Amino acid sequence: MTSERPTTLLAELTHRCPLHCPYCSNPLELIRGEAELATEDWKRVFSQARDLGVLQLGLSGGEPLIRKDLEELARHARSIGLYSTLVTSGLGLTRKRAEALKDAGLEHVQISIQDADTANAERIAGVSSVKQKQAAVALVQELGFAFSINVVLHRGNLDRIGEIIDLAGSWGADRLELANTQYYGWGLKNRAALMPTREQVQRAKATAEAAIERYRKKMQIIFVLPDYYEQYPKACYGGWGKLYIVVTPNGLALPCHAASIITSLSFPSVREHSLEWIWHESPGFQAFRGDSWMKEPCRTCPRKTVDFSGCRCQAFALTGDAANPDPVCTLTPLRGLIDEALGETPDRIDYEYRVLAGEPQRA
Amino acid sequence: MALNQDSVPRLWRLARLDYDPVRQRRVLLYPEGAVLLNETGAAVLELVDGKRTVAEIASILGERYQTDVSTDVAEYLSTLEERELIQ
Repeated sequence: MTSERPTTLLAELTHRCPLHCPYCSNPLELIRGEAELATEDWKRVFSQARDLGVLQLGLSGGEPLIRKDLEELARHARSIGLYSTLVTSGLGLTRKRAEALKDAGLEHVQISIQDADTANAERIAGVSSVKQKQAAVALVQELGFAFSINVVLHRGNLDRIGEIIDLAGSWGADRLELANTQYYGWGLKNRAALMPTREQVQRAKATAEAAIERYRKKMQIIFVLPDYYEQYPKACYGGWGKLYIVVTPNGLALPCHAASIITSLSFPSVREHSLEWIWHESPGFQAFRGDSWMKEPCRTCPRKTVDFSGCRCQAFALTGDAANPDPVCTLTPLRGLIDEALGETPDRIDYEYRVLAGEPQRA
Repeated sequence: MALNQDSVPRLWRLARLDYDPVRQRRVLLYPEGAVLLNETGAAVLELVDGKRTVAEIASILGERYQTDVSTDVAEYLSTLEERELIQ
């Protein structure tokens, strides 16, 4: 049992997506459309989440607009008091759908962009998409949604962080999330092509810090350093099973969107269990609560209450043992794994694009 | 710009004051975040309407609680202003 209550549910409604970004946070093994939860399943999950204390709902994917029941789900979320964010590429956001979502009570729309440079943005997305995104931005502005832009940063766009910030500013975004690539799944597969250099990171940090001041009270800018260049690991969502629940398109409940890579754990399905049981009782959510599972040097480290030994998914992805310290931490001998990766930045950038099995490969 | 007694605070356009029946507390909801409010915080924010000044809010609460709360109110609103939840 835990006395904590979750605050946030990320509902990955589908893995289907018109984009093929090589850093996608979805797992390598994507869920096919026919395996997705039904409308009634999602509504039940939202209600159970609300009863458990969830306040924030992310309607995410893949591309959630591919779900024809998105408006119905948004309406249900609002009716039970959740604050909902649509996490979208913008593709498929027609006027009709945008108006229906507004009417359903959706409050916040977050649109992803890949770069300020059109050709490069489309190279990263693996598909022509910039015009449709611009149209989506205009609709979101016109209809008065709370409006965020999200950009995943990596070697191929980090040098244009200034242009990206000004583009989001010129669109009148309320918030801008500058999110550095996280290296699990697709990101790990493409790590050598995505990893920025130290010099790039330093320049980007200076640019972002100046922009945060310049845009104060106009646009909230969130910029977090890429963890590979940090001394200590990130405290994922305030620790395992503390605040956050992810539900995948086919109904697996996870403490973090990347957790399905931890094959040494099994995670419960919302088709078979209530979220209440999942949160309080399921072995998957219990696995890394508290600190008795920690190894040295974490177990006796004063930082264990700050970063909780870091990211379990990263520990598993890089060492094969999810209970190991996050190798990002410079206090563990595992840090060599990170420093090694920082050394491998080839000049040529070749992406391995995100595809559903059976889809044609991107050029 | 820090708030002063004559400032007219208003909630960030994207923030919404709500009640959470699970925690039985008022909450301030906004994109990707939530502040769980204590009774005093909720009392202050309920008076933030984009018309009242900081001094007026403090005066209403001062009468309600029969004590001078002007410093507390100003400090509380300034903290939220620093987080851009109050403008």
